[in-house]
Amino acid sequence: MAVLQPTAPGRRAITREERNYLLRQRLKSAATHAVLIIFGIAFMLPFVWMISSSLKPNIDIFELPVRLIPKTLRLENYIDATNAIPFWQYLWNSTYYTIFATIGAVLSNTFIAYGFSRVRWRGRNVIFIIVIATMMLPFQVRMIPLYILFAKIGWLNSFLPLIVPNFFGNAFYIFLMRQFMMTLPRELDDAARIDGASEWGIFWRIAVPLSKPAILTVAIFEIIHTWHDFIGPLVYLRHPTKYTLSIGLRLYFTQYGAEWGLLMAAAAMFTIPMVIFFFFAQRSFIEGITLTGLKG
Amino acid sequence: MFRLNRDPAKKPNSWRTDNLPAWGLFFVAPWIIGFLAFTVYPFFASLYFSFTNFNIINFSPRWVGLDNYVELFTADPLFWISIGNSIKYAALLLVFATIFDIFIAYLLSLNVKFLSIYRTIFFFPVLVPVVAASLTWIWILNPRFGLINGLLDLIGLKGPNWLASPDTAMLSLIFIAVWGSGRQVIVYLSGFNDIPRSLYEAADIDGASGTQKFRRITLPLLSPQIFFNVVTLIIFSLQSFSEVYIMTGGGPANSTLLYAVNLYNRAFRDFAMGYASALAWIMFLLILSLTLVIFKFLSGKVIYER
Repeated sequence: MAVLQPTAPGRRAITREERNYLLRQRLKSAATHAVLIIFGIAFMLPFVWMISSSLKPNIDIFELPVRLIPKTLRLENYIDATNAIPFWQYLWNSTYYTIFATIGAVLSNTFIAYGFSRVRWRGRNVIFIIVIATMMLPFQVRMIPLYILFAKIGWLNSFLPLIVPNFFGNAFYIFLMRQFMMTLPRELDDAARIDGASEWGIFWRIAVPLSKPAILTVAIFEIIHTWHDFIGPLVYLRHPTKYTLSIGLRLYFTQYGAEWGLLMAAAAMFTIPMVIFFFFAQRSFIEGITLTGLKG
Repeated sequence: MFRLNRDPAKKPNSWRTDNLPAWGLFFVAPWIIGFLAFTVYPFFASLYFSFTNFNIINFSPRWVGLDNYVELFTADPLFWISIGNSIKYAALLLVFATIFDIFIAYLLSLNVKFLSIYRTIFFFPVLVPVVAASLTWIWILNPRFGLINGLLDLIGLKGPNWLASPDTAMLSLIFIAVWGSGRQVIVYLSGFNDIPRSLYEAADIDGASGTQKFRRITLPLLSPQIFFNVVTLIIFSLQSFSEVYIMTGGGPANSTLLYAVNLYNRAFRDFAMGYASALAWIMFLLILSLTLVIFKFLSGKVIYER
């Protein structure tokens, strides 16, 4: 799109053609905003409705015509929601799962990706193709044997089946970090090697500090993934004291499906940590998604 | 994303003695161990289990040969229903999400003001935990008091039953999935931003029309992102489980019984682990062949270098 330079004041009047062009540009921009605003509102409505319902007393919930802005505010819904279910217990379980799963993902994938990007060795590319190929294997194929395996070694109803595999790398994260580490200048390694650094020293002193953006991306993805995770806890955590917010909230819904005020308050408390987190990590997050989608 | 980047610094004589596989294997070792334990073992175990039936009491497999596969293809209507549903879900989601996400990304690429606010809004659904989002949608689509039918009620229309009716449940799920596809918008947006403006200016000078510019410039140069998004979307939507399991549980009248939901029910509701393993293998072969077909037909059309 050609950008029209504004005419310097007093030099010459803009021609009719230029005025038409500017007008058309302005109309186009207004139309673009209109479409974006309409879709934007539609996209935010579910969240607005969630918050709105979470603040309504039960009589107003089932009221027609619908109101987006509550007639009376009932903040107690939030307190009641934490009493209706063992909210703090579930919150702690979700947090515990997220922390350890993320530690595992960050440590293992940084380490493994280094071996696939900065160290040259025979067979590296062949093994890397196998790493990529594992992405094609649906979770459902591994789910049943792993469930039986973890049941046999007594890991059911613990977070071990959910956390331990994270310490052994994940194809998608390995791929992401490898792509990033490949772009770091190799001269740094060579210089360090001349100075007598070991392979471990290069990894720890050079690759890790320089890969911070990619490490952050993996951490962000994993935090979101674990916090959201439903099927993992659904399969492995069958004891109420181990439930995460995902499982606990759904269970409460299946038992008290009409308590929308409390349910939406709990859903909001489940969502808000992710929103706060996103605003702090926004830039790395967007960069991370771009990074995964870009490299041919 | 599936192309191996050639190491630019690699020289013919790079296999020096200080680069023996030892260090490489040292770093890659955790993956190899995990691969053997959490991928190779379950891969073959699942194949073996698919030829067995499980005794629920002592959890031991008993060899039944091809029985599970025979039953699946000849005597299980839910198998065919769930395959049909999954294909419908994946295909419609692919079409709607791709068109919508490219459209939104295109608008965002027009140097609009407040870009970061818009971007955050379209990305926002990705941040809402799947259980929280699903419960909210159940409430929004409540036939009587939900937001949508409530708004329709204001203008005197009677909305459908959405998730509660076999006619609309599947479509509702697909639109909810489009709502949650903000990741793709970000990927497309980065693609649009990589297309040099000068190409459009040159086309303008040559008098190219909007459609011509879209077909000859935008589409080819956006092809890496389209390819990436199409492949991941197909693979993920064929495995979709959580949203659907929470919102409809496969109902009403099995109209949203996706393949993964049926598989989960067989494995963890009926504890038919052998039968479910056979289902998992069919799913694997289906996804594998579909992926290979896409690669064969699409990857040649993708333009990477600019």
